[in-house]
Amino acid sequence: MLTLSLILIPLFAGVVSLITKNNSAKQLALIGAVVELVIAIVVYTQFQPTASHQFGFSYPWIKSAGIAFAGGIDGISLLLVMLTAFLTPLIILSTFRQPYKNASTFYALILFMQSALMGVFTATDAFLFYLFFEAALIPVYFLAAVWGGENRIKVTFKFFVYTIFGSLFMLVALVYLYYQTTSPQGHTSEISAFYKLALDAQKQGWIFWAFFIAFAIKMPVFPFHTWQPDTYTESPTPATMLLAGIMLKMGVYGVIRFILPILPLGLQSWGTTAIVLSVIGIVYGSIIAIQQRDMKRLIAYSSFAHVGLMSAGVFSQTLSGVQGALIQMLAHGINVVGLFFIVEIIFSRTKTRNIEQLGGITQRTPNLTVYFMILMLGSVALPLTNGFVGEFLLLRGVYESNVWMGAIAGTTIILGAVYMLRLFQKSMFGNKSSFTEHFADLSFSERAVLLPLTIMVFWMGLYPNSFLKLTEPAVSNLLQMIHY
Amino acid sequence: MLPIVLLSILGLVVLFLGFQKSKNLLLPATLLVLVVVLVANFLNWNDAPSLYFKSMLFENKLTMSFSGIVLLSALLIVALTRGFIDDESAQPAEYYAIMLFSVVGAIMMIGFENLIMLFLGVEILSVSMYVLTGSDKKNLRSNEAALKYFLMGAFATGIMLFGMALLYGATGSFNVTALKAYVLTNPTPSVMLYAGLLMLLIGMLFKVSAAPFHFWTPDVYDGAPTIFTAFMSTIVKTAGFAAIYRLLSGSFSGIYSFWWVTMAAITVLTLLAGNVTAVYQQSFKRMMAYSSISHAGYLLLSLTALTSQSQSAIVFYSLAYSLATISAFGVLMVLAKETGVRSHETAESFEAFNGLGKKNPLLAFVLTVSMLSLAGIPLTAGFWGKFFVFSSVVERGITWLLIVAVFMSAIGVYYYFRAIIAAYMREGELGAIKVPTFYRLVLIATTIITLFLGLFPDLLRGLV
Repeated sequence: MLTLSLILIPLFAGVVSLITKNNSAKQLALIGAVVELVIAIVVYTQFQPTASHQFGFSYPWIKSAGIAFAGGIDGISLLLVMLTAFLTPLIILSTFRQPYKNASTFYALILFMQSALMGVFTATDAFLFYLFFEAALIPVYFLAAVWGGENRIKVTFKFFVYTIFGSLFMLVALVYLYYQTTSPQGHTSEISAFYKLALDAQKQGWIFWAFFIAFAIKMPVFPFHTWQPDTYTESPTPATMLLAGIMLKMGVYGVIRFILPILPLGLQSWGTTAIVLSVIGIVYGSIIAIQQRDMKRLIAYSSFAHVGLMSAGVFSQTLSGVQGALIQMLAHGINVVGLFFIVEIIFSRTKTRNIEQLGGITQRTPNLTVYFMILMLGSVALPLTNGFVGEFLLLRGVYESNVWMGAIAGTTIILGAVYMLRLFQKSMFGNKSSFTEHFADLSFSERAVLLPLTIMVFWMGLYPNSFLKLTEPAVSNLLQMIHY
Repeated sequence: MLPIVLLSILGLVVLFLGFQKSKNLLLPATLLVLVVVLVANFLNWNDAPSLYFKSMLFENKLTMSFSGIVLLSALLIVALTRGFIDDESAQPAEYYAIMLFSVVGAIMMIGFENLIMLFLGVEILSVSMYVLTGSDKKNLRSNEAALKYFLMGAFATGIMLFGMALLYGATGSFNVTALKAYVLTNPTPSVMLYAGLLMLLIGMLFKVSAAPFHFWTPDVYDGAPTIFTAFMSTIVKTAGFAAIYRLLSGSFSGIYSFWWVTMAAITVLTLLAGNVTAVYQQSFKRMMAYSSISHAGYLLLSLTALTSQSQSAIVFYSLAYSLATISAFGVLMVLAKETGVRSHETAESFEAFNGLGKKNPLLAFVLTVSMLSLAGIPLTAGFWGKFFVFSSVVERGITWLLIVAVFMSAIGVYYYFRAIIAAYMREGELGAIKVPTFYRLVLIATTIITLFLGLFPDLLRGLV
């Protein structure tokens, strides 16, 4: 029941927001998101760290095709559910100073998005997963395409067609797997039934690619990333936060849920290729990030590099790799949402995102400087911040599976420091420019967003075990299926 | 076979209503007829499959479902005619009567037990369509379209009839069941049977605008008055596919290995021709013409696979497609009336939708749902249509065909979304749009059914 309410509450709040007046929609949306967070916390406190799915629900839906409306939460789901529930209220709060036209629709779309994301992370039926996977795309597409920047129409269209294209391949793979299952009632689309299939290596290879393209476009992994920087840059910041903070994790989650346990033989033949592509993405994304002047674009490329490391870690099929990816998903979501918010704060005051035109902000803004510094260092993966734990585990995982790839992926530590410190230095330090002369420090609502984020940066950095222990049983259970 | 009888008689009544001075009765009368026939169609739902008219027509749940889709589409489309054929030169009584008669043809195509009945059905439907296509008498393009459709259609019918003759020569019967028995008892039938089947299929595939017999479609769809374009793209298609399905699964499933390659090739061609060309269209109406070709491709996909699932897949797909198409043309008709006053060129292009989201959120929403459904995005009926079609292909195991279809679906998203983008993201100069209440009801109904079937596809799928 708890899981179901996680999906339904944002949906309901979204519908209510849609029919309320524009000026009260944001408060209402915030209330909805906070209620959702409370429920997520209840789930967190009642969760037993075992490998099984908990708080499950299952209703027959399309009986003739064996599709059930079924969901549940295991450790892997829990982490992402928490992330979604934690970030959405902050994303809504971050828009409080910025008036959006047609606000009721705007907030309704954010809440619909949250509902679909919750569905993706909790579905235990493969087709239900697919439906939510697609359904999550539509609200964020409209958010980006209606409220976005100048080139929004072209850019978001590319994003939409690209991702739909990828997920159609996944649909084919799911339908294929569905027909391979046998149960007393005919075929079934429970994900756990897919785990029991033992297909031959060639078939697994095909299905691997069908899944891989879908998830690689979503994450994105090199060379499927071309939609990403433009979309992140052109979208309104709340949509960018949703995309980078949460939606990107759908891809990684999909790999963990589907590719790892179902296709061990496919991984044997193609896993290394996937790692190589991911590692190329790390280096490539970092080098481009170093060249960027637009702050939003820079963070977009850094996000591309970071997700490359997560993907490499997952495909390494090691405990530390997968665990690292999970904790890094959480950390990256928190950091990237914070960073995009800071970009938005700077942009709303100076009307520019070009770091060449900024500078000298620190002198008047002690609060902003501290928050920015903490989030930036978290993103650079300084020890005692959240980024460190994940990156360490990920690199160890990749290293265990392939020494060379581990070494190349390791350059992310240096390159990441280069682009993030450059961003910080150019925008915050130095001499004031005409743009930054009258820069006001953070308002109350802005601090209310950044404070929880920075608390999480330290909490995860200091006590990573409080998160790792949640996922460990589920992950090792998953990995046993591969190395049987 | 109550629907056929009722439609024929009541159609005549509607025709004679035209002698009255007041034309106001016509629309309600036609709607009433269709509602009555729709109810009559399902009266025998629980009866066993049965034959009528000296074993010329067949009726079971499948044919009743297809007839139901045809009648529902006709009802919705006729409801949309209000205010669109009321200019002076039009003869509304004739149009309504012809529409009713054409539905008789469609139902005969769906329920034929004898190839002669199939031929009669095709002819009744086609001739009605030729007339309706040219009903905008003063418009050159409408005339051209009608002539083109008629000439090409006559050729196709000729080929089809030739095919039937050959089949008769090979088997000695026009009866569907007899053909099936012949195919099963003669594992190596004569070449005449093969040639006959192919020619019959060519004739039928022409009617549903499958490539390479699709060249008439864009011009005819574009030239015909929009209301009849909607009529053609839903009713002709549904009836045509019902007929092809009944032929292939009923009579010729025994020689699947012979015809599946041909059908697969035609499917691929149709998918390519429809989807790739649709991308380049500037006119929304032409895009919908190519989109109808591409949907013919998906339906053919399920026919090519011909598994136990195909039947319900085709029924579901036809309904989903018809509903979405009616919505789309409905919105276009309202807008074309508004914008057509200002400039004729943009009246039926994508630009007609510019700024619709702001001016009339309801119409924009209807358009969006219909485009999403045609593109096959989840939580709409169109998604499940595609899902069931793809499932049937996976079950048969023709992977390469599926990969082509998946690529084409992705292209489909591209051109359907142009309409949505125009509606929500481009600025337009639309004035206030008046949507008649009746009209609004129809559009809301199609949208709600589309979404409802998107959520609960089992309701329909369990039936057939």
